[in-house]
Amino acid sequence: MPVARVLDAADLTRVVGRISHEILEKSHGPNDLILLGVPRRGVPLAQRIAERMHSIEGVNVPVGSLDVTMYRDDIGLRGARPLGTTDVPLGGIDDRIVVLVDDVLFSGRTIRAALDALNDIGRPRAVRLAVLIDRGHRELPIRADHVGKNIPTSRTEDVRVHLVETDGVDEVLLGPVEEDGA
Amino acid sequence: MRHLLSASDLDRDQAVMLLDTAAELASVTDRAVKKLPTLRGRTVANLFFEDSTRTRLSFEAAAKRLSADVITFTAKGSSVSKGESLKDTALTLEAMGAQAIVLRHHASGAAQRLAESGWIEASVVNAGDGTHEHPTQALLDAFTMRQHLRGGEGDLSGLRVVIVGDILHSRVARSNVWLLRTLGAQVTLVAPPTLVPFGVESWPCAVSYDLDDVLPEADAVMMLRVQAERMTAAYFPSAHEYSRRYGLDAARASALSEHAVVLHPGPMNRGMEITADVADSPRSLVVDQVANGVSVRMAVLYHVLADPGSALGEGI
Repeated sequence: MPVARVLDAADLTRVVGRISHEILEKSHGPNDLILLGVPRRGVPLAQRIAERMHSIEGVNVPVGSLDVTMYRDDIGLRGARPLGTTDVPLGGIDDRIVVLVDDVLFSGRTIRAALDALNDIGRPRAVRLAVLIDRGHRELPIRADHVGKNIPTSRTEDVRVHLVETDGVDEVLLGPVEEDGA
Repeated sequence: MRHLLSASDLDRDQAVMLLDTAAELASVTDRAVKKLPTLRGRTVANLFFEDSTRTRLSFEAAAKRLSADVITFTAKGSSVSKGESLKDTALTLEAMGAQAIVLRHHASGAAQRLAESGWIEASVVNAGDGTHEHPTQALLDAFTMRQHLRGGEGDLSGLRVVIVGDILHSRVARSNVWLLRTLGAQVTLVAPPTLVPFGVESWPCAVSYDLDDVLPEADAVMMLRVQAERMTAAYFPSAHEYSRRYGLDAARASALSEHAVVLHPGPMNRGMEITADVADSPRSLVVDQVANGVSVRMAVLYHVLADPGSALGEGI
């Protein structure tokens, strides 16, 4: 199976722009918003959304990261993973609208873990989910509020999001699953 | 099955990964809910055949912060005084559901024996075996040095560490020599000749008998406790003589460079190997070491219990 590029750098910029507008529209402006990226690639995505929001509204929306490794439901099955960074913006998440940002929504298990992690940090007024790609195959009753692109996939395929910050290039690829399960 | 038996089982990447994990886990202490659900439903048994305060409490706190259940066993007041063996005690703990056994034992090699005997399935973490090794202490020492001298990142390449005192009886020194070496630091041991172990030439470190000679070059000085309970022979003429030549007092500490830090694994004999003014000075990291101990042990328990692969060195 060949590897197809489903989004290029320009597409990605447009998608991030649209998600930023959508979040602002749904929240009636940037007040009380907090963007929390899920490492690794959710974090630079959250930062990009915050930058876009700044250029739209002229307001700095707090950005942080939320590592969910210690909350996963497959601990002991898939091995100890190195931890990502958790960095909650000053002032905490209590009574704020938290937007979780991730690159790919798949089984929904990562987001389940993220909701548990949020629970231990505070009590937000609302939690929303923004993802760059929704590839289907949900295993839990979880859906995204803001989706960059829906890509119907089979389980033998793999969606790979590459970002300049982490991979040196902006693109989204769809190809066969690699052996190492990346 | 995975264990942490010896600091020398860790390669550089594993050691750095453990330190990185510990650094992330340290932030749990600052949160409203000081607990992670990671090891929920798993049981950690603390099996302590030898007296210990901070190591036992530290492992207990670490396991609880990861939501593991903890069974603590201390030899005093147990069936060990009726003659129960290490094997039977371990079997008992495993029958109670322990998936990891944290072992402190007075016999060198006890942890390795327990891990490789085939008696039990549980993972074994060495919390000090005789005069052999104490790997989690070395990890927390490395973590503390990295935090203060390397910005909390990467390894310890180029760091000059001086370890002073009772090297002969010190499992802390042994574990530190191996781990610091793995992390790229240069280690110099300083001790009276009677307290330098036989075969030290084969260790990856230098040996000196003159403390004043090596202090100005050091980035970190680790003072070891003079272990009176293991002093079965006359290793030095008198306590006074020892502190005069190998103790760290304010005058000696002033020879240290500006950034140099002082560590001590505890418990300290104030006035013997270290004076109170140095132990309480800003360059002393003794309190940091204790705090970091919990984070480092959380990292070790996580990697030992969460990993079906081999993130940590397999017991040989």
